[in-house]
Amino acid sequence: MKLSPSLALTLPLISGGAVAADLSVKFELPQLNVAEYHKPYVAMWIEKADGAVASTLAVLYDVKKKDNAGEKWVKDMRTWWRKAGRETTLPIDGVSGATRAAGTHTLSFGPAKTGIDKLPAGDYKLVIEAAREAGGRELVRVPFSLPAKGKVAATANGKEELGAVSINIQ
Amino acid sequence: MQNSLHSSFVKHGVLGLILLATAGVASAHRPWMLPTSTIVETKEAWVTIDGAVSEGLFDFDHMPLRMDGVTVTAPDGTTAAGPAAVTGKLRSSIDLPLPKEGTYRIALVSTNVMGSYKVGEDVKRFRGSEADFAKQLPAGAQDVRKTVTHQRIETFVTAHKTNDAALKPTNAGLEMVPLTHPNDLRANETMRVRFLLDGKPLPNLPFSLVPGGVRYRGVAGEIRLTTDAKGEASFKLPAANMYWMNAAYPPNPGKGPAPDNGPAESKRYAYTATLEALPE
Repeated sequence: MKLSPSLALTLPLISGGAVAADLSVKFELPQLNVAEYHKPYVAMWIEKADGAVASTLAVLYDVKKKDNAGEKWVKDMRTWWRKAGRETTLPIDGVSGATRAAGTHTLSFGPAKTGIDKLPAGDYKLVIEAAREAGGRELVRVPFSLPAKGKVAATANGKEELGAVSINIQ
Repeated sequence: MQNSLHSSFVKHGVLGLILLATAGVASAHRPWMLPTSTIVETKEAWVTIDGAVSEGLFDFDHMPLRMDGVTVTAPDGTTAAGPAAVTGKLRSSIDLPLPKEGTYRIALVSTNVMGSYKVGEDVKRFRGSEADFAKQLPAGAQDVRKTVTHQRIETFVTAHKTNDAALKPTNAGLEMVPLTHPNDLRANETMRVRFLLDGKPLPNLPFSLVPGGVRYRGVAGEIRLTTDAKGEASFKLPAANMYWMNAAYPPNPGKGPAPDNGPAESKRYAYTATLEALPE
């Protein structure tokens, strides 16, 4: 199943309380001047303080390729693959999605996906990893703390395969 | 054919040189086996392992490592002879299929003797296997002295997912027991190892790691470490690279056969592994 851009709308904030639980991630895939360009594969997850994956939010790759051939390069997102990917079966319902073109994109996730409302208080990171066939690989980490009482906004920047990454929790 | 005819002669020659290379701490010639990849995730998993004795790590600049005695321990823990090696001028190679999911240990273990004895007034010198030494020793030989060197050269390769069955120590000679999986090493993450001598933890053992690519840096970048009272050490590798790990026991044995006034028999142990640390 492809990740729907309107996923956030289908998963409304249920609690209605003061705890912020909706996460949106705005990320930039730079336009690269290279001889051979392929759209990057992108993984996005919430990382605990010890480096373990709390939840995988998105894995963007060539989901439509025949015979699941697109999965071959998913392991090039080495960090995600090592920590979570190799233990999962692709495609992941509601997590796998198509690659994105260069530009700025926003993905939104409700509490059912992030599990933020159930995570213990502490320091976390939103991690985004991009890997490009015949290109490079880069990770950007955006630290944040839970519980998020009220709105959380944080940003970080990539250098090569990723541009500005900002998160919002509300 | 030619290989097999000459193998015994060449093997002894090469092993002798390896002994010289590893016994002396200051020597620049290093034996190693280098896998093309330490984690193979393709459907039909294969790896090619090159073996060489070199001056620069991991350059093919000196001579091939004779890989005839290579053993492969499979992910189920069973050990079998490795495939036949192709030996070139500067390196030898084996192509190894990895049919089972898990971790393989590729090891070249050898025991060699450097010795001398007197027949009348003549001093004879010997270099070769322990069995040959016993066979060649003439009746009435006197002042028999020998230095037996037990050497292990190894590397680790994983198909798809790591496991630990191949990592169990054999409890013979000098061994490194990886407490962190050797195919799951990352730059700046803590790695733990334990060194054993005949199965017993070896405290205060100096060992070192040298990252590959010395020719592009100009400096060796050797990392010197020592095991603690439990024979263990934990450390972080500063950057992603192939690393050459080396230890010898006793730590500073000197070169050549045992001195004439030394003990009749002495033992030396050498350990070498090629380990890959990946980026995060």
